[in-house]
Amino acid sequence: MKYSYKYKVGCSIENLKGVRDFIRSSLKNHNIPDLQISEIVLALDEMCSNLMIHAHHCNNEDLFELVIHVDNNNPLVFEIIDDGTVFDINEFSTPAIDNIIHEKRKGGLGIRLVKSIMDKVEYQKTNEHNICRLVKTVRFK
Amino acid sequence: MIHIKRLQEDGADIIALIGEIDASSSIELDLSIAKSVGEGFKKILVDCSALEYISSAGLGVFMSYIEEFKDRNIKMVLFGMSDKVANTFNILGLNELLQIRKDKSQAKQLINEV
Repeated sequence: MKYSYKYKVGCSIENLKGVRDFIRSSLKNHNIPDLQISEIVLALDEMCSNLMIHAHHCNNEDLFELVIHVDNNNPLVFEIIDDGTVFDINEFSTPAIDNIIHEKRKGGLGIRLVKSIMDKVEYQKTNEHNICRLVKTVRFK
Repeated sequence: MIHIKRLQEDGADIIALIGEIDASSSIELDLSIAKSVGEGFKKILVDCSALEYISSAGLGVFMSYIEEFKDRNIKMVLFGMSDKVANTFNILGLNELLQIRKDKSQAKQLINEV
């Protein structure tokens, strides 16, 4: 059985709480272990907040869409669809933790988290939209 | 989203985090730690027992104080994390860089060591 969940929201970072609640409620009845759900929520929060801040300057009139595809016994697929500037995390070299401490950088940690949690992050650009697709294998209970 | 309470016990400042810390609320955490430092506390305990969620924005705040605290001889110990919150710190290996204890009494013991 395949399920899709969609959530469309403005780019104010005040909306991140709503994004997390949407992800939790979409995944809660699919027999996915709680700890894995919490990691997915974290990785998608990082991707969405990056998008809101860097591609849309927190403008709440700019909307993006988060789509969650659940197909039992297959990896989960998440799509973040918008029409801003693409910020490809694969092109961003992850800073060493020591550098983050030394330079008091507050960025870079989120990308490390996403790369640690997700199996794959890929980008697709169509005429109208950017689609960032994240894939995560889960152990269905 | 995040509610922060401060109280003092045995010369230590205890900062209790209640709720969720993300990109929109990490500034609150930063301000409360800065306030504690500004008031001259050398021992800071961060009570995470009611912290339901933390993203990299919050982790970054803790990281940004590591060097300053070393230079100024300020100790900070975090305690009371749920498994989910602890996992977020562990994914990045921050459990090696920050002082984290299971509960308040262990945290106090560590912060009072010379």
